[in-house]
Amino acid sequence: MKLSYFPGCTLKNKAQDLDTYARKSALALGIKLEEIEEWQCCGGVFTTSNDEIATKLSSVRALADAKEKGQALVSVCSACHNVIKQTNHAMQNDREFADKVNRYLSPDIQYDGSTKVYHYLEMLRDIVGFDELAKKVVNPLSGKKIGAYYGCLLLRPVKAMEMDDPENPEIMEDFIRAIGGEPVIYPYRNECCGGYIALEDPELAKKKSNMVTDSAARAGADCIVTACPLCKYNLVKNGSDVPVIYFTELLAEALGVKED
Amino acid sequence: MSLKNNENLRDEVLRMSGVNPRKCMRCGKCSATCPSYDEMEYHPHQFVYMVETGDIGPLMNSQSLYKCLSCFACVDRCPREVEPAKLVEALRLAAERRQGGDHMTPGMITELWNEDLPQQAVVSAMRKYKK
Repeated sequence: MKLSYFPGCTLKNKAQDLDTYARKSALALGIKLEEIEEWQCCGGVFTTSNDEIATKLSSVRALADAKEKGQALVSVCSACHNVIKQTNHAMQNDREFADKVNRYLSPDIQYDGSTKVYHYLEMLRDIVGFDELAKKVVNPLSGKKIGAYYGCLLLRPVKAMEMDDPENPEIMEDFIRAIGGEPVIYPYRNECCGGYIALEDPELAKKKSNMVTDSAARAGADCIVTACPLCKYNLVKNGSDVPVIYFTELLAEALGVKED
Repeated sequence: MSLKNNENLRDEVLRMSGVNPRKCMRCGKCSATCPSYDEMEYHPHQFVYMVETGDIGPLMNSQSLYKCLSCFACVDRCPREVEPAKLVEALRLAAERRQGGDHMTPGMITELWNEDLPQQAVVSAMRKYKK
């Protein structure tokens, strides 16, 4: 099975592990992630203002490219997924916005919001299936207590993201169970790490990140998994006592393809 | 800023954000859940109230505009679907769209940068703090 793939700027640089293990694991599960040619950076954050058109065009171009190939669009980075999914939601539900966007695109490309957008975790849940994933695990992470860190971007705003219950999410815990680990539920798993404030106000990012990692440590997590390079940076940079790992790394380990 | 300008700006911000501040029932949940609450001069519920009453000048000049983390907690947790973050974003854009209104410029990045910082942080900051 082939799916369109939007890696994003950070997965080509600081977060190459997130990307490499995602591709290897997908192949082991029978999915070829086809990178969109000439994709452009999503911009990192979605701009909510109705009159911001140009800042959303890179997402629309990726979505239109996937539509042309008749494929669903997958991304791994929480930020890319958030921006692309919110943009697609606006294309489906805001006719004035969609009309303006289409006038920016070349005349032979008209996009209507019909591409299906998956985060990699949703791909595992909805396309592969966690039961099927569990069958393909060769190195189960037995006994490893893993705290899922959702942060903000995977879950909110729920109206557009539609991944899971934003207050009591389960998708990452189900993923952890499928690869043989033991999920650890802790209170701050869906609160913000500080995000891009790390640049201008590192003290605020430290405060927010420490709340998350202390909360996970108190609940007994051996490690924390994330899908977001900026979350990982904030948690690690601010001195997490618990190792912070990309979920794709644990997946590749469980599938036995990490060292391939 | 004259009253007339403020009224125009208020209309503009409401149009950009799509927010109707009159839906607010003043429960304060947005501010209670805001991760930047301690750092803000004006809190999310005050943004909503001050836009409703047209008291926009202080908001346009406040550093609170740049403390929003775009985490959408206030958006999802508002029981009345007021979505305060969209109001903060519209005001911030209105402030940045003024001549010389950029809060951060590319030249400042070299000083704030470190080698572990993911690209995502820089592009996000440029999108949020600069027009």
